[in-house]
Amino acid sequence: MTDTPAVVVERLTVQRGHNRVLEDFSCEMPRGRVTGLLGPSGSGKTTLMRAIVGVQRVRSGSVRVLGEPAGSASLRRRVAYMTQAASVYSDITVAENVRFFARLVGASPRRADEVIEQVGLGGARGQLAGSVSGGQLSRVSLACALVGDPEVLVLDEPTVGQDPLLRDELWDDFRARAKAGTTVLVSSHVMDEAGRCDDLLLIREGSLLAHDTPAGVLAATGAGDLDAAFLQLVRASGPRQARSAS
Amino acid sequence: MNPRITLAVAGRILRQIRHDPRTLGIITVVPMVVITLLYYLFDKREPLVSKLALDMLVIFPIIIMFLLTAIAMVRERISGTLERLMTTPVAKSDILFGYGLAFGLLATMQGLILSAFCYWVLDTQIAGPPGLVILAAIVGSLLGVAFGLLASAVSTSEFQAVQFFPAMIIPQEILSGLFGPREQMAGWLKTISDYLPITYAVQAMEELFTNEEPTSLYWKSIGIAAACVVGLLLLASATLKRRTP
Repeated sequence: MTDTPAVVVERLTVQRGHNRVLEDFSCEMPRGRVTGLLGPSGSGKTTLMRAIVGVQRVRSGSVRVLGEPAGSASLRRRVAYMTQAASVYSDITVAENVRFFARLVGASPRRADEVIEQVGLGGARGQLAGSVSGGQLSRVSLACALVGDPEVLVLDEPTVGQDPLLRDELWDDFRARAKAGTTVLVSSHVMDEAGRCDDLLLIREGSLLAHDTPAGVLAATGAGDLDAAFLQLVRASGPRQARSAS
Repeated sequence: MNPRITLAVAGRILRQIRHDPRTLGIITVVPMVVITLLYYLFDKREPLVSKLALDMLVIFPIIIMFLLTAIAMVRERISGTLERLMTTPVAKSDILFGYGLAFGLLATMQGLILSAFCYWVLDTQIAGPPGLVILAAIVGSLLGVAFGLLASAVSTSEFQAVQFFPAMIIPQEILSGLFGPREQMAGWLKTISDYLPITYAVQAMEELFTNEEPTSLYWKSIGIAAACVVGLLLLASATLKRRTP
C-alpha cells in the first residue's frame, strides 16, 4: 500500500468559464518526497492543488490521493491545504487560529503551540491575526496546515514574503517532514527554491512540460541553472496559445 | 457532524465576537436605548409602551443576528476560510449548527439583559414570564441566523449581504402583525403572512403580552418558527459547496 504514489492525477481536465485551466493533465507524486510545482502565474498551479485537496470542480479525469478519490471524507484528516492568500480569521489571535484548526483535526493545544514556535511566531501568538505583517500572516496560515501533521501537505506559495533566514528554516522543516514520510507539494515561482525539491513539476498553460528531479531537468536541457532550464522548456513548448472551450 | 467540531466552530465565532467589544456593546446597549426612547416618546402610556417593548424583544434579535451572521459568513466565503474548512473534517452541519449555537448563545445573553431591563427598570406590564420571553427571542434570533446564512449564499460582498436585510427581513416584519393585528389585514396580505416564518416568532411573543401562562398558540407558534429554522438551515446547507468552479 505504501508503494502506491501519494497522488495520482489521470487525464484531468478543469474548465473555468470558457478557459481550460488544465487539459488532459496526468502526473504522479511519490510518497515521502518534496515535489515542487513550478510555472508562470495563470498556468494552473493553484487549480491543480485545489483538485488534489478536492475542492475544485473538475470536468473529467480523476485524482486519487493515498489511494482514495480526492476530497473523500477519510482524507480530510490526512491531507492539509494552505491556500495562496492567507485564509485565517483576522479577528482572533494567532494562537486562537492555530488552536481552532488543531481542534478540527483532533490535534492538542500543545501541538498547536509547538507549531506556532516552529514557524517563528512565538512572539506574536497573542496578537490578532489581522494585525501581524504579511509574512507573519502567511506563516499563521502555514501553521494551521501543519498542525495536524498530515500525510500529504499541499502548500500554495508558502514562502512568499518571508525573509531568507525564515525561508531557509521553513524549507528545512518541509525536508524533515518528507524524510519522516510526509508527501509535500509546494508551488512556487521562485526558481532558487526549485533546487531544494526532490522532484519538479513544470507546468504551463495547463499542460505538463516536465516532471523530473532538478538534476534531471538540468541534464535534459543542458542548461546551467534551473532558471535557464525552465525558460528553455517553455520556449521549446511553442508560443502562447489562446485556449478556449470550443 | 461531530460535537467536538461543532463546538470548535461555535467557540471560534464567540472568540471573534469577544475580540470585538464594540459589537458586544452595540447588541446590548442599542436595544435598551431604543426601548427607552419609545417609552418616553409615547409618554409611558400603557399598555402601548409595554407592547412596543415586547415587540422590540423579538425584533432586535432577528435584526442583529441576521446582520452578524450574513456578514460573518460572507467573510468566510470571500477570505477563503470556508474553502479551507471544506478540506478539513468539518461537516456542513458542523458549520451551520456552530453558527446557530454561537449566535443562539449571544441572543440568550441579549435576551437576559433586555428582559431584565424591561421587567425591572422600565417596569413594563408584560404578563408572561421572562423565561418564555427569552425563548421566543432565541427562536427569533435563530430565524435571523438562518436567513443570514441564506443571504450570504447569494452575496459576493458584505455590501450585498447588508442589502438583503431590507429585501428579506423588513417585508416579513411589516406583515408579521407588529403594526396591527393580522386579522385586520387584507385577505391576500394575511395569506402571505401565514407563509412568512418571522410572523410566528412575533405571534409567539405577542401571546405573552396578556397571558400569564403560555397559551397553546404560543407553543404552536414557537414550534412552527423552530421548524422553519430547521428547514432554512437545510436550505442553507445546500448552499455550502465543497467543490467550487
